[in-house]
Amino acid sequence: MSDKTSTSNESFLNDAGNRAMLFQIALLALVVFIGYYLFSNLQANLANRGISTGFTFLNEPAGFPVLIHLIEYTEADTYGRAFVVALLNTFVISFIGIVLATLIGIVMGLARLSRNWLVARLATVYIESLRNIPLLLQMFFWYFAVLSALPSPKNSLLFGDFMLNKRGIYSPNPIVQDGFGLVIFGFIVSIIASIALIVWAKKRQIRTGDWFPAYWGSLGIMIVVTLAFYFIAGSPLEFDLPQKSRFNVTGGMVLPPEFVAVLIALATYTGSFIAEIVRAGILSVNWGQTEAARSLGLADNLTQRMIVLPQALRVIIPPLTSQYLNLAKNSSLGAAIAYPELVAVVMGTTLNQTGQAIETIGLCMLVYGSLSLSISLFMNWYNKKMSLTER
Amino acid sequence: MKSNVSKLLSTAAIAVTVSAGATAGTLDDVKAKGFIQCGVSQGVPGFSNADDKGNWTGIDVDSCRAAAAAVFGDATKVKFTPLSAKERFTALQSGEIDILSRNTTWTYTRDSSLGLDFTTVNFYDGQGFMARKDLGVESAKDLDGATVCTEQGTTTELNMADFFRKNGLSYVPVIVQKADEALAAYDSGRCDVFTTDKSGLAAHRSKLGDPSAHVILPETISKEPLGPVVRHGDNQWKDIVTWSIFVQINAEEMGISSKNVAQIKADTKDPGIRRLLGAEGNMGEQLGLSSSWAYDVIALVGNYGESFENNVGPNTPVGLPRGVNNLWTEGGVLYAPPVR
Repeated sequence: MSDKTSTSNESFLNDAGNRAMLFQIALLALVVFIGYYLFSNLQANLANRGISTGFTFLNEPAGFPVLIHLIEYTEADTYGRAFVVALLNTFVISFIGIVLATLIGIVMGLARLSRNWLVARLATVYIESLRNIPLLLQMFFWYFAVLSALPSPKNSLLFGDFMLNKRGIYSPNPIVQDGFGLVIFGFIVSIIASIALIVWAKKRQIRTGDWFPAYWGSLGIMIVVTLAFYFIAGSPLEFDLPQKSRFNVTGGMVLPPEFVAVLIALATYTGSFIAEIVRAGILSVNWGQTEAARSLGLADNLTQRMIVLPQALRVIIPPLTSQYLNLAKNSSLGAAIAYPELVAVVMGTTLNQTGQAIETIGLCMLVYGSLSLSISLFMNWYNKKMSLTER
Repeated sequence: MKSNVSKLLSTAAIAVTVSAGATAGTLDDVKAKGFIQCGVSQGVPGFSNADDKGNWTGIDVDSCRAAAAAVFGDATKVKFTPLSAKERFTALQSGEIDILSRNTTWTYTRDSSLGLDFTTVNFYDGQGFMARKDLGVESAKDLDGATVCTEQGTTTELNMADFFRKNGLSYVPVIVQKADEALAAYDSGRCDVFTTDKSGLAAHRSKLGDPSAHVILPETISKEPLGPVVRHGDNQWKDIVTWSIFVQINAEEMGISSKNVAQIKADTKDPGIRRLLGAEGNMGEQLGLSSSWAYDVIALVGNYGESFENNVGPNTPVGLPRGVNNLWTEGGVLYAPPVR
């Protein structure tokens, strides 16, 4: 009898680990079942209504134009290529936006901490006003109020070979001629020389304690060497200058107002949030750290760079990541002012021309998901690198 | 809390079953809920536009009202859902609306792959260009190098591309999400040209600050047959919407209008008209409707000519001539199959 009780006590269900496992399996089964049910319901309804499904539409000719394309694209190309074009537009605006927003954020964050009353107040006004106005409104403001107030193409503002008007910023377009390979070679040589200089300077500092401005030096080397090779090769660049035509400006390179408006809006809006994050990060470093650095005789800029900033970064990076993610996702608002990014081209035009709602929205979700995850992964790696290493 | 969750779950379950069963029997669904849900534009004067009291008017609105008159004998039993160009097909596919009547062009791809059926045409349109007068453009063929503004998610985008490709002209496309913002971009000078259907150009030009400073170019670069759309596979519902419009066209041809329809029904000896108006036989039964369905359409909404004159005709702000949208007997292309 007692034997039996003990066996039932040690039965499969009495083990806490096994029970937990069972619950996990049950939950997983439920999730899979619900997912399967929703998916099959979707399939059945699509079939009932005669809506064609699948991604074959990506191979069909798109037939619509796209204003900004970084790779070759014409109306005869496929929906798949239009998708890639839109993807690149989203990446480019996100990447440049993140870089600009970071610069603006750092400058404004430091400015708000400045001892100069005027500078600090101006930074406060900037941060508080831009943080509190909806981004879409700011995009409309830049696009419809600021950039459209520029002169018409006929009365373009001229800055040398540059032109500025309602239709964009036009600049000379460099066209590579024979012999440009030599310039690229010179550039590579200058990079190698710069690295050598930096390594030498570091070794010398460790050996003798003398400091050498290696970074400025390497910049100088790169400019001088590349320019020298450029002239030796006989200036192998020609410029296609922008020219006024009947309607527009032709030739040259153009930065359309849609791009500029979205970029300014994204960078200044996110920059105002980053400024607050930077300020918070710097204020979080104990004043004692600065005092200690000074008592060691470190100069002010070295105190900031070597002592305060590395510690502030640990506080700054995690919320900064969220801002980067926000910026990448907010770039989708560009669709409202004709910037041809992912939402505009794929969920706007492609969805409407093909009617493949589920596929196109799925594609967009996938892209934003992976874009955000990669930013997140990169920032987590950087965060780990900057975090406190305890020895 | 718990009851909320169970409510939510049961609602979700109902939603799933309803959407699974909505492919057929739109007429029964509509009768059960007591009104027709009609998808219209967000405001195109003459086609579907709401006034400050929320009353919708326009040719597309009349097509929905005609269907309501046929089903309920009451043209007001319609609720309107304003939709953007890119939302419209999904709204119909998902069963959110019963009729999509939103100046939608009938094309092969839309009819064959979207799970939709075009009923018939209630307005024959074509795409054109509008430009500033001071540019001195006289023909669309002069537009080489121009910047063109248009709304996103329409056939306009593709026609524009085809036109410029066909004629070997270069252009800069500025494609804006909403029609109003596309027009604003054109008005601010971002574009030289604005393009959409010609009826739309006339309507949009009337919204600009100085309409006389803009000219509509003579070329018509595409065929745009506009008409109401229903879900694929519900033939009865499609027939009701189609024949409500055919009745309007036939009525104009027979000289029957909302003003004289009662008189004619009482007096006429013409068997064709007696059949149409339900004085003889029961034509409505074949569609699951009452015998007076066609009479109701004409009495409550009017014939096609009345619809046209009230909404887009020469005496309205849109000011369009009848043109091809006239009866076949008057030199147009409106030719409805006979009711018999």
